[in-house]
Amino acid sequence: MIVFENVEYVYPNGFKALNGINLEIESGEIIALMGENGAGKTTLLKHLNGLLKPTSGRVLIDGVDTRNSTVASLSRKVGIVFQNAEDMFFSPTISEELAFALNNFNFPEEVVKKRVEWALKFMELEEYRDKSPFLLSGGEKKRLALAIILAWSPDIIALDEPTVGQDILQKEKMIQIIKQANQQGKTIIISSHDVEFIADLNPRIILMSRGRIVKDGSAEEVLTDIQLLHECRLIPPQIVSLTSRLDFLGFKPKLARPEEVAVEIARRLR
Amino acid sequence: MTILETSNLWFKYSGGSEWALREVNLEVSEGEFIILAGRSGCGKSTLLRCFNGLIPHFYDGEMIGYVKVCGLDTREHPPYVLSQYAGMVFQNPDNQLFALTVEADVAFALENLSIPRDEIRERVDWALKIMGIEELRDKSPLELSGGQKQKVAIASILALRPKILLLDEPTSSLDPYSAKQLIDTIVELNQKYRITILIAEHRLDMLLPYASRLIIIDNGRIVLDGNPREILEKNDVVSYGVSTPRVVKVATQLKKVLGDSSNLGTPLSVEELVEIVRRRRYQ
Repeated sequence: MIVFENVEYVYPNGFKALNGINLEIESGEIIALMGENGAGKTTLLKHLNGLLKPTSGRVLIDGVDTRNSTVASLSRKVGIVFQNAEDMFFSPTISEELAFALNNFNFPEEVVKKRVEWALKFMELEEYRDKSPFLLSGGEKKRLALAIILAWSPDIIALDEPTVGQDILQKEKMIQIIKQANQQGKTIIISSHDVEFIADLNPRIILMSRGRIVKDGSAEEVLTDIQLLHECRLIPPQIVSLTSRLDFLGFKPKLARPEEVAVEIARRLR
Repeated sequence: MTILETSNLWFKYSGGSEWALREVNLEVSEGEFIILAGRSGCGKSTLLRCFNGLIPHFYDGEMIGYVKVCGLDTREHPPYVLSQYAGMVFQNPDNQLFALTVEADVAFALENLSIPRDEIRERVDWALKIMGIEELRDKSPLELSGGQKQKVAIASILALRPKILLLDEPTSSLDPYSAKQLIDTIVELNQKYRITILIAEHRLDMLLPYASRLIIIDNGRIVLDGNPREILEKNDVVSYGVSTPRVVKVATQLKKVLGDSSNLGTPLSVEELVEIVRRRRYQ
């Protein structure tokens, strides 16, 4: 379980990025952090593995106060895939890149080997195993970064803007991977402003603005609050915009699959 | 008037085993607004790089066929000449900005071209004005938001007065609101200043209503090229990694349910679909 208690974080330049965050996340939840750029999403994620420590308040990961723990030990439990995947690469080949963290965590050699093979296969990167990670395309780099994290199997996986630069097929695959990892008991926390992607994933949403949590609820609750989304400089999913403007047919703003909405429109037109 | 053309264009990056572009034949008229779509790695970026001369002058590789930008063969003219005709805006504005102030960044390319001082001043003013960022003039690019940075990057290209603006996923790192504002500005450049737009994008929902043409690339080849409405009406573009806006999906399904394909048309935006439904409701 993850607990944030009155967390404030002030960057060295004086910018207060988190301003009184109170939050509880149970094991096995899928959470989306949403909000405009600069709302505090990434700063919050960096508190999960102790990269940042609260200026005041505290963060507990399964009861452990991050201020009393190291990034190295927290990382065993929390894996973060950053927005710019490239930042985490430095090994000459992709298979070495995958093995690096596993070796650091002192996994036995045969386990490292097995997990590297599994990760290469799972992320469809087998053919590139001996290539430099920097030669991959943007979408492939993202997959490699996620594979590295999945290989050491932390309980909590955080993804910072995982869909940036990904095409629709890769996004569908991303949703599958997230759901699959979640079914294996992983807690997943995603920061994103890709409303359509989040609508498809349908998680609990924590909406942030200027370092505060302004709403915490189901995808349906948060994504149909058009006024609030507007205040947070987000644009509602197309389906919500559409249903909100079909009030003359008796629609209320709602989140649904396009097929369901079509059937409903047809029924009400008759 | 044809402003850009490729003839039987093939390109392979040096060290690459596959052709990144295959037999691309394209003619673009002045004032068009073209979306290039297709899965990651399909060749969209490679094609854009052929239009400002980065290919073949900066990226090594094997090129077959030719590209002409405003009549200039890209093999015979360097990027600094070609970019005065076709200017490129990249995905990450941080890679494009480096000066101490916004003004200096926008003026940089012009200074390098030895343009007279008064004209530089005039062009910088103009570029900042049409991008709506005059108030950012004295700021450091470092203190701007992602959306503002991207506008500065476009202004620095516009100062070169190109006829063609090439944009490679310019909104991908922006939040939706900033993305919408940027797209509105790009639309204005096209409609008010008749700048030809070629934009590579994954997210079509905001752009489609404005595009005159949609080109879908798969495995280096142009597989679909035409009016966006017609393409989306007749093809399932998801298999090419192109996301169909949700309203298009609703409309497609609605046609199936109502059983009359003739009257609904193919709406590309929420507004269009609402209008169609309203008409049907009160007809």
